[in-house]
Amino acid sequence: MSETTPTVDGTADGLMVKAEQVCKKFGNVEVLKGIDLQVRQGEVMCVVGPSGSGKSTFLRCINHLEKIDAGRLWVDGQLVGYHQRGHKLYELREKEVAAQRRDIGMVFQRFNLFPHMTALQNVMEAPMLVKGEAKDAARARAEQLLGRVGLSDRMGNYPSQLSGGQQQRVAIARALAMQPKLMLFDEPTSALDPELVGEVLDVMRDLAREGMTMVVVTHEMGFAREVGDSLVFMDEGVVVEQGVPREVLANPQHARTQAFLSKVL
Amino acid sequence: MSVGETEQRTGMIKAVPVRHPGRWVAAAAVAVLAAMLVNNLVTNEAYNWAEQLKYLFSPPVLEGVRNTIWLTVAAMAGGIALGIVLALMRLSANPLLRGAAWIYIWVFRGTPLLTQLLIWGNIGALFPTLGLGIPFGPEFVSAQASALYSAAAAAALGLIFNEAAYMAEIVRGGIQSVDSGQQEAASALGLTKAQTLRRIILPQAMRVIAPPTGNEAISMLKNTSLVMAVPYLELTFAVQNIYAHTYQIIPMLIMACLWYLFLSSLMMIGQHYLERHYGKGYAR
Ligand SMILES: Nc1ncnc2c1ncn2[C@@H]1O[C@H](COP(=O)(O)OP(=O)(O)OP(=O)(O)O)[C@@H](O)[C@H]1O
Ligand SMILES: [Mg+2]
Repeated sequence: MSETTPTVDGTADGLMVKAEQVCKKFGNVEVLKGIDLQVRQGEVMCVVGPSGSGKSTFLRCINHLEKIDAGRLWVDGQLVGYHQRGHKLYELREKEVAAQRRDIGMVFQRFNLFPHMTALQNVMEAPMLVKGEAKDAARARAEQLLGRVGLSDRMGNYPSQLSGGQQQRVAIARALAMQPKLMLFDEPTSALDPELVGEVLDVMRDLAREGMTMVVVTHEMGFAREVGDSLVFMDEGVVVEQGVPREVLANPQHARTQAFLSKVL
Repeated sequence: MSVGETEQRTGMIKAVPVRHPGRWVAAAAVAVLAAMLVNNLVTNEAYNWAEQLKYLFSPPVLEGVRNTIWLTVAAMAGGIALGIVLALMRLSANPLLRGAAWIYIWVFRGTPLLTQLLIWGNIGALFPTLGLGIPFGPEFVSAQASALYSAAAAAALGLIFNEAAYMAEIVRGGIQSVDSGQQEAASALGLTKAQTLRRIILPQAMRVIAPPTGNEAISMLKNTSLVMAVPYLELTFAVQNIYAHTYQIIPMLIMACLWYLFLSSLMMIGQHYLERHYGKGYAR
């Protein structure tokens, strides 16, 4: 085929994530009903909303853990999960999907560390396996990253020997080891005891300061206000309201946003 | 309340322990039975310990032991490999693969191993010639099955095909026991499905797979005695051959049991270390 319409749709405008009318169904249940969102390079976007509103699902669509049913989604100018030629979309092969995911780090509510590996091995594994990095190089960077999240003295510990906060910091280091362009956080502090939340948020704050592009699903309104460049309020699969966090939090425009914020603030 | 009692409250407790008369009765009964057994082992001429010692390391017995060992190893190695393939088929998204694996497991678990081994011993009647060619089309090479199959191959294949059906279910259970978050985390890091299976899922599944696999291996050691149905020489068959002309039936069978006990004890030690290895990283 000679005429190929460029799928580079986001690079020129400096967008890291661009969602156009993204829809997702589970069976007959429409969980995302046309999401339009744009995340600029270096932006920290916080996503809030009631339980079941589709926040996790949207995040999982961004790295193709879920397939979208309608709309388009680009990450760094590349269509997620598909290849467009002419007006047709072709599903990417498993290897190509995996290659797209390398550049997107994800941090989960329940950490999901590999329990049979030490903290150090958790961080070294993907660079060695996916990028074919040499063991020494992977180890050196893993040690440096674990140092950065304050766990230099815990590198030989298994996840079961670490506190929740420490585990989540290892998980962040593990994602960073792939040198991602974009980091997705799905309620990274929700499974933590209150006194451990701060240490994880500190790491995320540092990351934001260094210019990492981040999409953060969170209930930590203080973090959203202080670190977020933008705040998105989702409800029942749609973006109800978005704007500068301080303004949305202080002065929500929609009744649904007001109702939600009055409960969590 | 007297002054003495109050003082005692703050001191060390000196209580009268509960008596367990039942334990004493049970211990006495066990002791009597043990004495009777030892007495029987020593005084009963029918054990003929001298005869056992004479044959313990004799060439035919050692050959039987050797065959029992290699059959156990081959059956477990082959059974595990084929079992993993069947387990992955059972978990596949492809309904044809799922169905084929289900039918395989249904057949091999639903029929007696002894009967299966008898069939393997007579497989030549089922497939008189073996050939390489296009299915339902021309054959390029073909040979008499009896020239290719040895009794050893029939015995090993019979055990492998049967074991695979059991291992498939054990492996499947192990894979399913791994938290789905592990697959997600690995995918999110850019690992392919095969990499995830090999590096993340299977090592964790091993913690669940290892204990029943150890039990399967110990069962296999004993089930190898069934390959005399093929017939193929292993330990029990070897001692049968001996007592067929010495008529020392009980001594030879006891001697075989001692060999099996020795080998299964070695395996239990191995099992212990294997389970410890795969339990790494899990708080006990
Ligand atoms: N794999 C799935 N199969 C079927 N339904 C699903 C699946 N995943 C999510 N859902 C449904 O989709 C809806 C949105 O779920 P999602 O996890 O995205 O919500 P959320 O906003 O992240 O909620 P929470 O704050 O509780 O994490 C829910 O009603 C959920 O039950
Ligand atoms: Mg969620």
